[in-house]
Amino acid sequence: MNENLFASFITPTLMGLPIIILIIAFPNILFPSPNRLINNRLVSFQQWLIQLVLKQMMTMHNLKGRTWSLMLISLIMFIGSTNLLGLLPHSFTPTTQLSMNLGMAIPLWAGAVITGFRHKTKASLAHFLPQGTPIPLIPMLVIIETISLFIQPMALAVRLTANITAGHLLMHLIGGATLVLTSISTPTAMITFIILVLLTVLEFAVALIQAYVFTLLVSLYLHDNT
Amino acid sequence: MASVVPVKEKKLMDVKLGELPSWILMRDFTPKGIVGAFQRGYYRYYNKYINVKKGSIAGVNMVLAAYVLFSYCLSYKELKHERRRKYH
Repeated sequence: MNENLFASFITPTLMGLPIIILIIAFPNILFPSPNRLINNRLVSFQQWLIQLVLKQMMTMHNLKGRTWSLMLISLIMFIGSTNLLGLLPHSFTPTTQLSMNLGMAIPLWAGAVITGFRHKTKASLAHFLPQGTPIPLIPMLVIIETISLFIQPMALAVRLTANITAGHLLMHLIGGATLVLTSISTPTAMITFIILVLLTVLEFAVALIQAYVFTLLVSLYLHDNT
Repeated sequence: MASVVPVKEKKLMDVKLGELPSWILMRDFTPKGIVGAFQRGYYRYYNKYINVKKGSIAGVNMVLAAYVLFSYCLSYKELKHERRRKYH
C-alpha cells in the first residue's frame, strides 16, 4: 500500500522513452484552431470560453500590460486542461511535478519584475517600503519586503504542485479505504459519499488555475504598471 | 497472382492477401511520410466527428476514452499488484 500510493506520480516512460512529452502535448489536440467565421461546436464553445476569461482578466491592465494577454490566456488554458485531464482514471498529471511548475513560475515572475525595473525603476524600488512606516522600522521592513518578493515564484510553483498532488493522493486513499470497507458495509455508503464530494471539490482544480493566473496577474500588474 | 494495377498505388481494401507484405514494405517510412500518416489520421477523425454542423459530445469523449485506455496500459505494471488474489 505504501509503495502503490506514490506509483501514479512516477514520470511515465515506455521502455526508456519519455512518454511524458506526449502527455504534455496531448491537451493541444483538444483545442483545434478556428478556420472560419462560424466554426463547429467545439471551437465555438472554446472561443466563447476564452472571450469570457479574457474580458474578466484583462480589463484591469493598461496598454502595456495587455501585451501579455496571449501568454496569460494560454497559461490558464494549459493549466486548466492539464488539471482536468488528470481527473480521468489512470491518467498522469504533469502539474504534479514540481519541476514543471517551477519552470512555469520562475520565468513569468522574473519577466514581470524585470519589466517593472526597466521601465519604472523608481516605482519598482519604492514597493519595498509601504507608505507611512515609522522611521526606526525601515531597515527591517525593507528586508521583509525583499524576502516576500523573492518568495513569490516559489509560492506560485509550490502552491500548484501541493494542491494537485494532495488532491490526487487523497482520492487514492479514500478510494482504497472504500474498497476495503465494502465487506464491512456499514460506513461504506458514507465513505463513498465523501469520495463523491471530494471529487466534485477537486473539480475546482480549475479554480486553482484561476488562483494561479490571478496571482501571477496581480504580481504583473503591481510591478509593471503601477 | 500478378495484378494489372501496380501494388503500390492500391488502397488497403483492394490489396490481395498475398500482396500484403510487399504493400506494407512499399509504404513511405521516411519522417515526412510518417508525419503525413499522422496528419491524415487526425484530419480523418476530426472531419468525421468534430468538424460537423451538429457535433455532439461523443467526438471528444472517444478521444478521452482512448486516453484513459492508453494510460491504463502504461500503468498496468503497477496495477497488476492490486488484483484481488490470495497469493500475489
